[in-house]
Amino acid sequence: MKRTKFYGKEILFSMIKIEHLVKNYGSNCAVDDISFEVETGEIVGFLGPNGAGKSTTMNILTGYLSSTSGKASIAGIDILSDPIGAKKLIGYLPEQPPLYLDMTVEEYLNFNYELKCCKLNKAEHLAQVCETVKIKDVYHKVIRTLSKGYRQRVGIAQALIGNPKVIIFDEPTVGLDPKQIIEIRNLIRGLGKEHTVILSTHILQEVQAVCDRIIIINKGKIVANEKTENITNVVANNRRFNIKISGPQREILSFLKGMQGLSYVEALAERDGDAYTYMIESEMGIDIRKKLFFSLAERGWAIIGMEALGMNLEDIFITVVDKSEEIKLTRSNVKNRITRRQRGKEKSALEQELGESLYESAQRQRAESALTEVSEDEDD
Amino acid sequence: MFAIYRKEMRSYFINPIGFVYMGIFLVFSALLCCYTTIISGSYDTSNYFTFLIIAFIILIPILTMRLFAEERKLRTEQLLLTAPVTITGMVLGKYFAALTIFVSGILLSCINFIPLYVISAAERAGEDSALNHIGPVTGEIVGSVIAVILLGAALIAVGTLISALTENQLSAAVVTIGVIAAMVLLNFVNVLTDSDGQPIIGSYVIRAVVDWISVLSRFSAFSNGIFDYSSLLYYISLSFVFLFLTVRVYEKRRWG
Repeated sequence: MKRTKFYGKEILFSMIKIEHLVKNYGSNCAVDDISFEVETGEIVGFLGPNGAGKSTTMNILTGYLSSTSGKASIAGIDILSDPIGAKKLIGYLPEQPPLYLDMTVEEYLNFNYELKCCKLNKAEHLAQVCETVKIKDVYHKVIRTLSKGYRQRVGIAQALIGNPKVIIFDEPTVGLDPKQIIEIRNLIRGLGKEHTVILSTHILQEVQAVCDRIIIINKGKIVANEKTENITNVVANNRRFNIKISGPQREILSFLKGMQGLSYVEALAERDGDAYTYMIESEMGIDIRKKLFFSLAERGWAIIGMEALGMNLEDIFITVVDKSEEIKLTRSNVKNRITRRQRGKEKSALEQELGESLYESAQRQRAESALTEVSEDEDD
Repeated sequence: MFAIYRKEMRSYFINPIGFVYMGIFLVFSALLCCYTTIISGSYDTSNYFTFLIIAFIILIPILTMRLFAEERKLRTEQLLLTAPVTITGMVLGKYFAALTIFVSGILLSCINFIPLYVISAAERAGEDSALNHIGPVTGEIVGSVIAVILLGAALIAVGTLISALTENQLSAAVVTIGVIAAMVLLNFVNVLTDSDGQPIIGSYVIRAVVDWISVLSRFSAFSNGIFDYSSLLYYISLSFVFLFLTVRVYEKRRWG
């Protein structure tokens, strides 16, 4: 919270405050009643699949779009009632950097300096910005001739001009190579020391690497708003593997299904000699791998490959939702805790509410990929 | 607003479009002046201005087509709309940049009148009588130039609005040509007659309204040497209306 004197009274406000924001495009609801706050100096990640409403929220926050209802304010200034005042506090890098391709970097930054009515020492400030984003060597080049990575950096430089209190990045690392991505992430981390930063992405690793807090958004609704550590903990607890076992498929499958500690087993249509691939999921909090190894070895079935499955966004939603529910349950009554297995196919209320569609789509994807693999097999 | 004005001015001359416009305009106006005055042996400049206005149908869209359409296509309008500038400031910055190019073209083309003065001076030297006025009427030329500038300002506002409505420069240009042609040439329907020599538009009221709306017929007073304030006010109001509509287009897009 920031303290400011206002007509002699001390008032408190967050750097960014969004209350009950709704944005409809015709009958299509892009943002559905979102509320959150960002404190000064925080780096917040906006995570969600494509079309979740990330860009729309950011566009409303920067005054590019107007909300259907609800309120967005920067440092206590409402973006609708005092757009100029609020916009002065914001540096914004849209999804596609707004570059004039026929200008040189120098001209472009000068233009932005004037556009933002910047009062800082011009030469000094521009030199400092160029130093921060490392574009000194292309300073006199025409933007059209720059590579994607440099263009992105010029876009970031544009957002930094005038030293705005709030910096908003919409998918800042899209289309960059891995080395550039790491550079940009470091850059953003550095910015977080002096600025309040919001960035959006659909890559989990990115927010994990950079952000203090993660807001997960899906279909225009906030699914989770958690400290990064909490979400990292959830995700680190990876329970799903693809495992390749040499041996008779049917027997192995029934053995795995009867095994303690596994909540889900599925034979994938993938074959390698006499080995088949199975997808397994262990119960929460159990590392099944050693036990699996020894019990399979006992029966003479060799594990010839094991691969931890990364979580996709859909899985993360489900896990995060599951986890938060679980914490509630643990607090209320530990004995009555229901594991996923006992629950069987029945879904919890929360999961039903938030994750059902996602869960289904994840299932469908899995099934589809299995199907395509089968058909590929048939082709052989 | 001044940042945007300066940026637009710069981009007119970084892209060849500013030079192309200036070149075409100066060559064309010089030829036109030559044909309507010197070759036809007249000091009367009213035909010159009338033909110039008809040439605006092609010339004005060159200036206005890219104003907003290009920004929208390159997504750079996002930068302008999230910067601490009002939409009105943005529209005016762009409008005045186009207007500056236009006005400087018109003023530069005033060198076309120099030969008229030179020739008339030579002719006057031969005559001893000072009773007849020989040569162009300076007052009429000045009045016409002012009127042409204001008329052009109105047409640029029209082009600005059309450019704000589309994402494609070419379609902006084509539509602008159509609209300006309609605005300028509207009063020609009054002149059209059928085989019996009767005007095609029978109703006097419609003809009066068409005449009132037509940008060109409102200019005729200037051709006759009358400095017509009501026409100037009409042109200025047109500019205001179309610029206001441009601002509204952007406001509406925010809420859309």
